[in-house]
Amino acid sequence: MHTFAPDDLQAVWLTLKLAATSTCLLLLIATPLAWWLAYSNKWYKGMLAAVVALPLVIPPTVLGFYLLLLMGPHGVVGELTTYLRLGRLPFTFAGLVAGSVLFSMPFAVQPIQNAFEAIGRRPLEVAATLRAGGWDRFLSVALPLARPGFLTAIILAFAHTVGEFGVVLMLGGNIGGETRVLSVVIYNHVEAMEYEAAHWLAGGMVLFSFIVLLALYLAGGKLWKGVR
Amino acid sequence: MRNCLFGVLLFATQSVYAGEVNAAVAANFTAPAQQIAELFQKETGNTVKLSFGSTGKFYAQIKEGAPFDVLLAADDAIPQRLEKEGLAAANTSFVYALGKLVLWSAKPGFVDEKGAVLNTGSYNKIAFADPKLAPYGLAAQETLQSLKLWDKLQSRLVTGESIAQTYQFVATGNAELAFIALSQITKNGKVTEGSWWLVPANRYAPIRQAAVQLAAAKDKNAAGVFLNFLKRDKALEIIRSYGYGLP
Repeated sequence: MHTFAPDDLQAVWLTLKLAATSTCLLLLIATPLAWWLAYSNKWYKGMLAAVVALPLVIPPTVLGFYLLLLMGPHGVVGELTTYLRLGRLPFTFAGLVAGSVLFSMPFAVQPIQNAFEAIGRRPLEVAATLRAGGWDRFLSVALPLARPGFLTAIILAFAHTVGEFGVVLMLGGNIGGETRVLSVVIYNHVEAMEYEAAHWLAGGMVLFSFIVLLALYLAGGKLWKGVR
Repeated sequence: MRNCLFGVLLFATQSVYAGEVNAAVAANFTAPAQQIAELFQKETGNTVKLSFGSTGKFYAQIKEGAPFDVLLAADDAIPQRLEKEGLAAANTSFVYALGKLVLWSAKPGFVDEKGAVLNTGSYNKIAFADPKLAPYGLAAQETLQSLKLWDKLQSRLVTGESIAQTYQFVATGNAELAFIALSQITKNGKVTEGSWWLVPANRYAPIRQAAVQLAAAKDKNAAGVFLNFLKRDKALEIIRSYGYGLP
């Protein structure tokens, strides 16, 4: 039986922490954004939607490189974080979270936006005639109806962050317990020709992800039916 | 008329013998390899297709039958291993360049000529390549160990997966110092940017970059011709101009 090195286990834990943190933040940011994109009539709506989708176009390592420039000492974000006494983001866990959130944004926004659009304005207008306030309409009408969209967003954001490599590689600096996540560890094992360790980690990652995704889809299927 | 005929004959023989070499080249040797390949094509009529990447990745690909004829590696361990495993033609590996390690900063005047900046401590991070993956990373580790700074500086070290990535960390200013290859900052035999300390060769085991002819191409004439071309003076001159030592 293969035993996992402590460093590898630390990377597993760090990866889960990164994926969970990024997913939570993404939900907080993506929900209002998707809401606005779904219901706004502003002329610049299309432009914002396009910007949200842009991380899909850029190769991850290239995106990571530009984030490194932006967050570095000569970058706008770097100057801002230094000014705010937050230090600089590259080579920190917070930096990875920032990169992941940006990178996975389309995966969170688009399913939620589609779900809101599928609901349309009518249920919300009906709720308004029943004197439901803005928050009430959102919480008790839109949110439950959009549940499948949220479920998809959570799954995609989480899975995408677990599997993320290029951005993390560029921004992280491979520091144990801080930025050395699973994908980087597996890659390094492969590069160092330690194929056995790589196989076990990659196999474990695939199996674990399959179980989590399956559980989510099964649970989601039930929830969906419950709403209908 | 006779000249013309001769020319046609020469052209014909050349195209009969002209071959194509697929070369896998360690990323640190990108620029000199391009220049050497160009010269080689001009002189021999053979064409060279260059692929750049990390030696470890090439090893994995060659094992799975990648269509490369020669490998210009970043070390000599992998060419020897390929020979031992029968994936490279026996006794074809040789050292084509010696890597030189520098401590470099993008800021002019930041690194002194003796590397004393490592002791003064007024810098944020030092980037170096992962010692397990990159020979230059191992050389950096050996240097810091021989200076008795390895333990002390642990908290300031950030690791790139290759020296190319390590260079990006320091060029963007995210790390103030980095151990990289002299070849990365050398152009036409000169270093023009930033400040640097050329680490004395006795601080680390030599970085012997070796080339090898792969087993699948052992009967491919052009592959052997290309490897021999690397030992010629013209090629050596190019190699030296990029900051490598000669074998």
